[in-house]
Amino acid sequence: MSIWIVLLIALVAIAVVGWLLRFGMQTATGNAPYWRDLPYSVAFGYVFMAAILLFTIWFYFQPTENEAGVPVASVTFFRWAIQGLIIAFIAAFLFRLLGSNVGTSWSTKMFRSMPLTASFGILVVLIYALLAIFAPLIAPHGQEVVLASANILPGGNVANGGDPAYPLGTDSIGRDILSRLIYGAQNTVGIAFITTILAFLIGATLGFLAATLGGWLDQLLSRAVDVLMAIPSLIFALLLMTIAAVWAPRLGIPLTVFMVLIIAVIDSTRVFRLARAVAGNIVVMDYVEAAQLRGEGLGYLIFKEVLPNATAPLLAEFGLRFCFVFLTIAALSFLGVGIQPPLADWGTMVRDLAPFINFAQFAPLAAVTPLLAAGAIALLTVGVNFIVDWMLHKSSGLKD
Amino acid sequence: MQTILKIIAQRLLLGLLTLLVVSVVIFVAVNLLPGDFAESILGQSATPEAVASIRRDLGLDQPLVIRYFQWLGGIMTGDLGTSFSQLNFRSAMGGAGDTGVAEQIAPRLSNTLFLAGVSASIAVPLAVFLGILAALYRNTLFDRATNVLTLSSISSPEFFMAYILILFLAVLNPILPSLSNIYPGMSFGERLDRTLLPALTLTLVVTAHMMRMTRAAIINLLASPYIEMARLKGIKPLRVIVKHAFPNALAPIINVVALNLAYLVTGVVVVEVVFVYPGIGQLFVDAVKNRDIPVVQACCLIFAAAYILLNLTADILSILSNPRLRHPK
Repeated sequence: MSIWIVLLIALVAIAVVGWLLRFGMQTATGNAPYWRDLPYSVAFGYVFMAAILLFTIWFYFQPTENEAGVPVASVTFFRWAIQGLIIAFIAAFLFRLLGSNVGTSWSTKMFRSMPLTASFGILVVLIYALLAIFAPLIAPHGQEVVLASANILPGGNVANGGDPAYPLGTDSIGRDILSRLIYGAQNTVGIAFITTILAFLIGATLGFLAATLGGWLDQLLSRAVDVLMAIPSLIFALLLMTIAAVWAPRLGIPLTVFMVLIIAVIDSTRVFRLARAVAGNIVVMDYVEAAQLRGEGLGYLIFKEVLPNATAPLLAEFGLRFCFVFLTIAALSFLGVGIQPPLADWGTMVRDLAPFINFAQFAPLAAVTPLLAAGAIALLTVGVNFIVDWMLHKSSGLKD
Repeated sequence: MQTILKIIAQRLLLGLLTLLVVSVVIFVAVNLLPGDFAESILGQSATPEAVASIRRDLGLDQPLVIRYFQWLGGIMTGDLGTSFSQLNFRSAMGGAGDTGVAEQIAPRLSNTLFLAGVSASIAVPLAVFLGILAALYRNTLFDRATNVLTLSSISSPEFFMAYILILFLAVLNPILPSLSNIYPGMSFGERLDRTLLPALTLTLVVTAHMMRMTRAAIINLLASPYIEMARLKGIKPLRVIVKHAFPNALAPIINVVALNLAYLVTGVVVVEVVFVYPGIGQLFVDAVKNRDIPVVQACCLIFAAAYILLNLTADILSILSNPRLRHPK
């Protein structure tokens, strides 16, 4: 309980210092307009941020071992987190610098007006794409290779039960964790990508058809989508996966294929809604009517008239939809019904390695591996979201 | 008043209809299974006589439509069917023990509702407060920092948040227990203590969503002329937001809150598995793994019902708080 009391005292102290700061500056500057009009909440905010900054610096320079030589794991983790943030910041900054000086005039212009978060997102997506494509070349071992020694701890320090050949150690049946992390980029991201494309093919095609043809087809599809969307997507996916798990061995098709189809169908309902709404605004335009009067066919209308005008909103939706699909697949794998072994996959890795978190106090490195797998998922979705956020902000033209 | 009651009655009927159609979808989906329940209970080496006997017991020899109405009638009277794994357990142990799905679900449902209630009671005030702050200090360092933080926490998977919280609040600094071991007869304080970590995880995910939408709703309103008028009168910014903008932003905010509570329904599944919280999400995942079809069916229906109910509430509340929606063009 004492920690709550400490927090409370700190909060009260910040409140008092905030008031003193405002009062002191008002008297010191002889009621200069800035300090006179400063609301108390803003003064509080300044002191609050300063306190957090001070605490961060103080905690960062705490020793990682106490007098008895026992490691203080919380400091170690804190340092890693701060270092990670600083590296991410510098990398994003350098990447933006590179982009705004090298490349075509269009790309340099784009990079110059880009916030740091967006350049970080683009950098992350690029790195993941490279990892996914060249996984077999980069990974030191195969994803299914069972090596001689199991349960090697990460860190490569022989004295601590590590092995320099396996920098992140091996799992409980002796597969190299680093290689599986790298292959995870190929499997998890690749499968999510395929699923999203499939969802868009289904959803956008049906949505455009519904909007262009209208009538009973539109009614039928829209009501069917309404019903499917009334069931939470993860719950529906779990229900269908139960059924697929019975069918898969009988038909001899891997369960992963079923998962791709199931998630694609469930997510295509969301794409359908957007595609229908966007196309609905386009088909009432004069140029579409002109094309209809010319006697153009359905294919021409959809591909030459509707699709080019619907690309921009669909692209932004593609980024968001990819994140949702990726997270759903990761959640299913984490629950044990998604991507099946021997394919290396981040969700499954988190579940398998999670118990190591309990050893964080004694062996900080051992606790890192499950967080690395979970963090790999989080990093990609955060990156994509940063890009989409920036694109939406740019296209909406909102400045306030 | 008459029209409001009429609209609410209409919405309720529509929600009920949706639920009915959803129940048909769930039932049909489950009955797409090859073979039937009898074979899945007895396994592959079952004799035809045994299969026929179980089939008779469970009423599987009836046609699909009749079985659907039997299932529906059972739900109405609180009988959700017989759990396979419990049935197996009973036949192995010789007769004792409950086999009903309803008996299994009831205590877990109340646990889950408790978890959702705790998370909501932390998340809703926090999100509205932070949303107002972000709208008030928009485009400052504070706003940008919260934007990055909320975007990150929305896009991270729930289990990542959960393990980070476990690492910092349970393993490195043992403040809260990392496993939610909840049993009947616990004191409220103890129960709250065990529930707090999963509730915090859900709070982190849901608060971010709600906060962003609250901010957007308020900023949208701040562009309207009557707000400018209030500002020109010399009213303080906080008062402008709380007194003038907030009441009108209430409709979208209530909507957002209800939608995010509906999101809790899905989020609860993963979080309960991480913390081994004895709720309905955990039961659902276990049933999915054991292919305990009646339990899967019942849980799915409950989740869908909760989801539809919350969306319906959002709908009705926004109609109530916004008179313009009462008179559709």
